[in-house]
Amino acid sequence: MTSSPAVAPPVSAKPVRRPGDLIFSGTALAAGLLILVALAAVAVFLVGESIPALGVKKADLPVGFSTFLEYAGPLVFGTVWAALLALVIAVPLSLGIALFISHYAPRRVARGLGYVIDLLAAVPSVVYGLWGITVLAPFVQPFYTFLNTYLGWVPFFSGSVSATGRTVLTVAVVLAVMVLPIITALCREVFLQTPRLQEEAAYALGATRWEMIRISVLPFGRAGIVSAVMLGLGRALGETLAVAMVLSPAVVVSFFVLTTQNPTTIAANIALQFPDSYGISVNVLIATGLVLFVITFVVNALARGIVSRTSVGRNN
Amino acid sequence: MHTPSKGIPLKHLRASLAIGTALTAMIALSSCASNESTPAASGSGSAASSTGTLSGQLNGQGSSAQGNAQTQWIKDFQTANSGVTINYNPVGSGAGRTAFESGGAQYAGSDTYLSDAEVKGTFALCNGQGIDLPDYISPIALAFNVKGVTALKLDATTIAKIFSGKITTWNDPAIKALNSGVSLPSTKIDPVHRSDKSGTTHNLTDYLNKTAPSVWTAAGADAFPFKTGEGAQGTSGVVAAIKGGNGTIGYIDNSQVGSLPVAQIKVGSTYVTPSADGAAAAAEAGTVASGRDASDFAIDVNRTTTDSKQYPITLISNLIVCKQYKDPAIGKVVSAYATYVTSTEGQAAAAKVAGSAPMSAALIAKVQAVAKAIK
Repeated sequence: MTSSPAVAPPVSAKPVRRPGDLIFSGTALAAGLLILVALAAVAVFLVGESIPALGVKKADLPVGFSTFLEYAGPLVFGTVWAALLALVIAVPLSLGIALFISHYAPRRVARGLGYVIDLLAAVPSVVYGLWGITVLAPFVQPFYTFLNTYLGWVPFFSGSVSATGRTVLTVAVVLAVMVLPIITALCREVFLQTPRLQEEAAYALGATRWEMIRISVLPFGRAGIVSAVMLGLGRALGETLAVAMVLSPAVVVSFFVLTTQNPTTIAANIALQFPDSYGISVNVLIATGLVLFVITFVVNALARGIVSRTSVGRNN
Repeated sequence: MHTPSKGIPLKHLRASLAIGTALTAMIALSSCASNESTPAASGSGSAASSTGTLSGQLNGQGSSAQGNAQTQWIKDFQTANSGVTINYNPVGSGAGRTAFESGGAQYAGSDTYLSDAEVKGTFALCNGQGIDLPDYISPIALAFNVKGVTALKLDATTIAKIFSGKITTWNDPAIKALNSGVSLPSTKIDPVHRSDKSGTTHNLTDYLNKTAPSVWTAAGADAFPFKTGEGAQGTSGVVAAIKGGNGTIGYIDNSQVGSLPVAQIKVGSTYVTPSADGAAAAAEAGTVASGRDASDFAIDVNRTTTDSKQYPITLISNLIVCKQYKDPAIGKVVSAYATYVTSTEGQAAAAKVAGSAPMSAALIAKVQAVAKAIK
């Protein structure tokens, strides 16, 4: 994973180069460059279109906002907040499913379950959106009323409970279902790579299965788990349609998860506002898109950092 | 190190990837197919006054409220004029106007008429300026879902207070005062507004701003101005939200109400139910914005009317065209299309498929005169 295949040839032997090598290295290089060019093109477009938005006047912003940053701030909060809530739900579930498949389930069950989980990834987000708005939201609404009535002293559950259940918590559940297959599939692969000798050694020391998992599988898979979670986070940050359909949105910073006024995400806000926007409001929306672009970059950079740090120490 | 003995993973992953790809491909293909269905065939017979000599291609963009009506009009018009191809893309009113002004579309559909600034601007395809022709009128209903309540009367101030969050329960004295004899529950009110920009929102907020300015302080706009209540995407999203909760009320195109009960609105001293006739009367009685070309029908509905024949929360959507096109060939086709759309038959066709309110005969006569004169 870490060493690149294109190592310099040994000094002594003269390298043999066949046409196949040239063609393959050429196409590989082209593929690598193409993705960089595409990324650069997106960045140039976003930056170019965003510049007019930075000096936007109060009249061109939605009512109640006077500067671009004032408008973008709550959107950034909403994007990160919804994604984090989704991860809080999805990560423990995914780890559980992945461990069940890799270490607990009989092989036949594991295979079937793996297929089903992977199929979840193939469901288009519009279907999740429809499911969220027509099935999940009405279903969870009574539970929200319950939480609000009896656990209202927990800050998250206070406020005026939504009558339709279309809150950020419902969105988080939908997002969790959407990121679950990604995290599960990656974690499962990682857990299966645990060296058999380490597992056997743990058993030899008298460990139960859970203790074996704790002392050999989880430490071995730490880097993999982190990168799986980060991939899931990236998906949750950028998800548009399901959020736009399910959420009752507002451009606010709010930690209440059961009310009708929910912080909306950048992607959903663009999808909702773009069709009827014109003039500089389009630039404002594109500028929020640039902000999302930057957030995703930061998340990826953080993930890389964490992965490289944890994988150094993993064999201690 | 040796390879793990529970060796399912790779093959497994590949198989599931293949399934995923296949599914994605199927979905992509099927959506392509549904997009390609041409609205050319199967006309409704009573279509467009055929001249038979027209040919050319028009691209229109704009209002999604007009979407269904435009599809029907295009179908009928193309049946009568086989040499003409028209495409209408319901991208939204703002995007439609921008496309028309920059020359990307030969006509636009817009829930709001051209602003003063836009009229003074340039129109890439026109000699002179663009004009608004009303072609789609629709009453906006306030639909609600409150257990045990089947009829509701509201006035502008109360509606403004409900949607701005100043009235929070259904048994509020202000609502009780308007609905004597109805037993109203203490359920919380969950007012549902559009979370996307919309001409429907523009009309409701304009109505509230003009009739209850002390409560509704924000001017009419496509985006809902207050941070109160619940947002939902599109008319269908609002309908789903109203149906999905108890104590909800929302504003939607009257044709989309379905089985939901609808509030009566106080006009003058009586309560009016949204209807096609009320909307047509409101459009006919509306005032044309001043300082414009005589052929520009930028109609403002009189929101503060006291005439109970009119329903004041009415949306007038316009066909935005050039009075004179730089290319006379385009002008000829647009004129024929606009003439059909604003004709009695065109209005009846829209009413049938989209549930809009046909324009009154007097308004049709005025608009037709302009549509026929497009060059």
